[in-house]
Amino acid sequence: MIEKVNTYYNYMNWVTTKRVLRAGFLSFWRNAFVSFASILVMTVTLFTVGTTMFAGVILSSALTELRDKADVNVYFTTTATEERILEMKSSLEALPEVALVEYVSREEALAEFRERHANDQLTLQALEELGQNPLGAVLNVKARDISQYETIAKFLNEQQTLQTGAASIIDKINFYDAAYRAALERLQNITDSAQQLGLVIILILVAMTIAISFNTLRLAIYTSRDEIHVMRLVGAGSFYVRAPFMVEGMLYGMVAGVITLLMFYPLSWWLGALTGNFFGNINIFTYYLTNFLTFFLVIMGTGIALGVIASYLAVRRYLKI
Amino acid sequence: MEPGEFVSLVGHSGAGKTTLVKMLLAEEKPSAGSVFFESINVHEVPLRRMGDLRRKIGTVFQDFRLLPTKTAYENIAFAMEAAGRSEDDIRSDVPHVLELVDLADKMNNFPDELSGGEQQRVAIARAIVNQPDVIVADEPTGNLDPVNTFEIVQILKKINDLGTTIILTTHNKGVIDSLKKRVITMDRGKIVRDDREGKYIL
Repeated sequence: MIEKVNTYYNYMNWVTTKRVLRAGFLSFWRNAFVSFASILVMTVTLFTVGTTMFAGVILSSALTELRDKADVNVYFTTTATEERILEMKSSLEALPEVALVEYVSREEALAEFRERHANDQLTLQALEELGQNPLGAVLNVKARDISQYETIAKFLNEQQTLQTGAASIIDKINFYDAAYRAALERLQNITDSAQQLGLVIILILVAMTIAISFNTLRLAIYTSRDEIHVMRLVGAGSFYVRAPFMVEGMLYGMVAGVITLLMFYPLSWWLGALTGNFFGNINIFTYYLTNFLTFFLVIMGTGIALGVIASYLAVRRYLKI
Repeated sequence: MEPGEFVSLVGHSGAGKTTLVKMLLAEEKPSAGSVFFESINVHEVPLRRMGDLRRKIGTVFQDFRLLPTKTAYENIAFAMEAAGRSEDDIRSDVPHVLELVDLADKMNNFPDELSGGEQQRVAIARAIVNQPDVIVADEPTGNLDPVNTFEIVQILKKINDLGTTIILTTHNKGVIDSLKKRVITMDRGKIVRDDREGKYIL
């Protein structure tokens, strides 16, 4: 007997679900114009959300690129032997903060210097008159992060003081130049605040578009307020009135999500070709393709959640009867 | 009121007929007194149980109040779905009840494709499909021509003969006089007459 009752309830649950889905689909289809308008507005919202994701990646990769431009140069004396310089190089490479150390020998430094001053006859003449190579070898040290140069410079300083017995091979470290430090700090500040500003702008944009599509759905349901009233008078429970609207909202979100994802395909290809060089090594198109699953989940999830929640809230005020 | 009665409510516009009906459906709250359906005070029914009460009362309105985006068939099916009836019941009962109001051939038309009289007959079919104990018809003939009015009243009478209590509000003299049933006359919110086999007297 109890089993029989249970199967009846299971049957009714399934039937109710089916009815709600059917009612939602039907009303989505029959109110085609309202659906169309809601989907358009929702697409704008989802487009903004997607653009934000792209903007976040572009911004952070551009900033990383910018931060990468910073390095510390260690200039050695002209008398320093290559052996000791390479020793210093390998001890630097052992540090966890160091990403890359590049060795520029005296000859290379000279060649570079000549190239840089190729149009400056006076300087080249002065160099000829010197007769010998006045430049020392250089180590270009790149840290993993811009904030770690302090530690590296300190390490080099310690190396120098440790070797007081022998003549120091380090001529100077540009980290201790006032101008260099100021530039480094400025770079750090600019990139930090750019990241914060970007985040704030993005959040404001997203909040605005969400508010707009919330309102659109509310208007769409406002047009059905008499219908909701009649449904209540005929004796429909609030769930039964509300659920089809939520299904409709979900459909808006899904369709808008698919449109948005499709739109990003040619758009990211076009933008990727256009901006590939400018933003360094990130190509937006390949980024979109490799992270498609994330895009899919975020955009579809936002669309569906927005549609369902907005409908739920919008119907609520007409159910109080 | 007794079960199985056919009661007509008459009175001027603004006499309180519609308000009385709205209070019965808990659409409005009385400023004094209380409304009982069987032994239940309808204004103490919580919102989420309200559907159960309303399904025991079938309602017909002057302005029909069909769902404009649903066909005649779906309008009636909706009332049955709301009552939690099974698909088989719906498939068999809806055509049956449409036949009763003589609209079997228009079941797939939308309300705006039907005439006023046809819409009102759909509304009556919707009201009776769940076999309610009472049918409340609030000026059902107010928007209709004499021929349709007569048809509607005949349908209501037929339903009453099958044992359903009917409350009809109207200010159509012809309807009241042809019914020869109990008539309650209202004026400015008060009952002024109650006749067993009344005529339209104001």
